Amino acid sequence: MISIPSAFKISFRALRVNKMRSVLTMLGMIIGVGAVITMLAVGTGASMKIAEQISSMGSNLLIILPGSSTSGGVRAGAGSVPTLSVSDYEAILKECTSVEDAAPILNGIAQIVYSNQNWSTIVIGTTPGFLNVRDWPLDSGRAFTEQEVKTAAKVALLGQTVAGNLFSDANPVGQIIRIKNVPFIIIGTLSSKGQSTQGQDQDDTILIPVTTAQKKIFGTAFPGMVRIIMVKAKSSDDLIRAEIQLNTLLRQRHHISQKQDNDFTVRNLTQLMQTAEQSAKVMTLLLGAIASVSLIVGGIGIMNIMLVSVTERTREIGIRMSVGAKTWDIRMQFIIEAVSLSLMGGATGIIFGLAGSQMLTSLVGWPTIVSILSIVLAFSFSGFVGIFFGFYPAYKASLLDPIEALRYE
Amino acid sequence: MDMLIKVENITKIYRVGDVEVPAIRGVSFTIKSGEFVSIMGHSGSGKSTIMNILGCLDKPTEGSYMLDGVDTKNLARDQLADIRSRKIGFVFQGFNLLARTSALENVELPMFYSGVSVAERKRKSRYALSIVGLDDRGHHHPSQLSGGQQQRVAIARALVNNAPVILADEPTGNLDSKTSNEIMDLFTRLNRESNITIILVTHEEDIAKYSRRIIRFLDGLIVSDEKVKKAGRKK
Ligand SMILES: Nc1ncnc2c1ncn2[C@@H]1O[C@H](COP(=O)(O)OP(=O)(O)OP(=O)(O)O)[C@@H](O)[C@H]1O
Ligand SMILES: [Mg+2]
Repeated sequence: MISIPSAFKISFRALRVNKMRSVLTMLGMIIGVGAVITMLAVGTGASMKIAEQISSMGSNLLIILPGSSTSGGVRAGAGSVPTLSVSDYEAILKECTSVEDAAPILNGIAQIVYSNQNWSTIVIGTTPGFLNVRDWPLDSGRAFTEQEVKTAAKVALLGQTVAGNLFSDANPVGQIIRIKNVPFIIIGTLSSKGQSTQGQDQDDTILIPVTTAQKKIFGTAFPGMVRIIMVKAKSSDDLIRAEIQLNTLLRQRHHISQKQDNDFTVRNLTQLMQTAEQSAKVMTLLLGAIASVSLIVGGIGIMNIMLVSVTERTREIGIRMSVGAKTWDIRMQFIIEAVSLSLMGGATGIIFGLAGSQMLTSLVGWPTIVSILSIVLAFSFSGFVGIFFGFYPAYKASLLDPIEALRYE
Repeated sequence: MDMLIKVENITKIYRVGDVEVPAIRGVSFTIKSGEFVSIMGHSGSGKSTIMNILGCLDKPTEGSYMLDGVDTKNLARDQLADIRSRKIGFVFQGFNLLARTSALENVELPMFYSGVSVAERKRKSRYALSIVGLDDRGHHHPSQLSGGQQQRVAIARALVNNAPVILADEPTGNLDSKTSNEIMDLFTRLNRESNITIILVTHEEDIAKYSRRIIRFLDGLIVSDEKVKKAGRKK
């Protein structure tokens, strides 16, 4: 049989003869491969971003919200009435064996003033455990202590955005700021966390002891109450167990009878986020699948041109047959021609895909990640498309009658 | 000498719709290795048809055809292609060279399909071109060659696989008489020096005189089969 290098030589010659036509035929593959790579890059970028946010949120995270999740009848939705207290938090730490750490949170927006600068930000009253629960290390200074929580000390930790806005480059640690006109001493700054899942700037925040927040800043109508409690389970395997323990403990502490609904809701945020990540992956697949339709359309274009080419070159096929070309010699020649078209298109498509992903990132701001796998996948798929759609024209060529082919004008 | 070609009671009937066209109506002949045979006859008498059968491009409707001891009757398509590759060289009236392809590469063509290495291909095609006197035209494309030169390239292509038989269907049909004579001299030389069996179809007695045997066809039958008195043509 004809050797593969010879077959490639023959096909390149044939493709060179009709340069314009070859390029136009390749265009389908170029667009197809480019689209697949770009779409997969968009999808992968989105899932990576979600995964990043999951880890920025803190791992194995559960959130307890006041109010019922099953809002039957005239009940208000979750979070409307405060039902969680600091003592609930203390009980959780003491009783729930699957819980590693927890943090009560009482937050609100407040005006911050430093000398002649001022800034409006989210003030979070919490306990030192917050940093552990959220996997949020300090950038400088120190965290506040349990003792400072007990004594409602006026100490604060600054998020990067607040620090940047009030102090620009200067070191804020040791400085005094005023939150709602109450003076606080800054004892440390938080490391940068970036955007949250909802697109909020997580660094635009100040941490203070929860007791200080209750007494000095938000002066709640329900003393000792907090907005939410964040809980970190010991491991991802402990998440479900921790959820059950929290439910049992809080029902008991809140004196909820068998028939009553919970007055709180435990949300498994990690699970929620994993679901989001999962759906991002499904979206990636979908985008890829839609883009590969254009690869198939490109394949049909190749088949079309190959059929034309076989007809045009009937006489050439007859000549080859008369000098001894066998069925597979002819078949290989045209299949390799189709595959050359699709692979050259595919290779160019890779460049277009990389450029397209870059452009989406720089122009539209979508995070894109081009994986090696997606390149390999799109490229080999284009090769497969070439074989698949090249086969029929090649098959047709190989079955021509040599005498009729020789006579063809 | 061996019987290179043995044709027995061959018929060929073309079917066009419901009409049957008998192109060959029962012919038998043998050709020995090293013969130089002309086939003559009116247009439509079946000359090309028998050449296609001899060349394993087509199969007879009835009858048997033995080539070099092989019965071609039950051979599959690819087996026939293999015979064409090893045993037969074709020369056509219309040259049938690949356009936009150099003379050398045209001559190389049969070797693509008979598993000859690249280096050997180059060497043999150069050698074949030198035999037909076109050493210096290897890189010319058919469109840059005269008709006679194109036919020489085609003959070189027919030679290159060392086939024992060359089948030429009106090889001089498109050439003027001077060029025709040159081509026939070349055939004569190949026949004499390399002992290649040559079977050619022609309408011209002058051309047929180069051969040593003339088979005449009429309406699908052989009407005469005789030796040429004086072989070749005096120079
Ligand atoms: N493919 C075909 N289908 C139908 N009839 C055919 C076919 N090929 C040849 N014929 C018929 O067979 C007969 C012999 O044709 P052939 O081509 O062998 O003649 P020829 O002797 O070569 O003539 P010419 O000198 O004009 O080339 C003719 O009547 C022709 O019409
Ligand atoms: Mg004829």
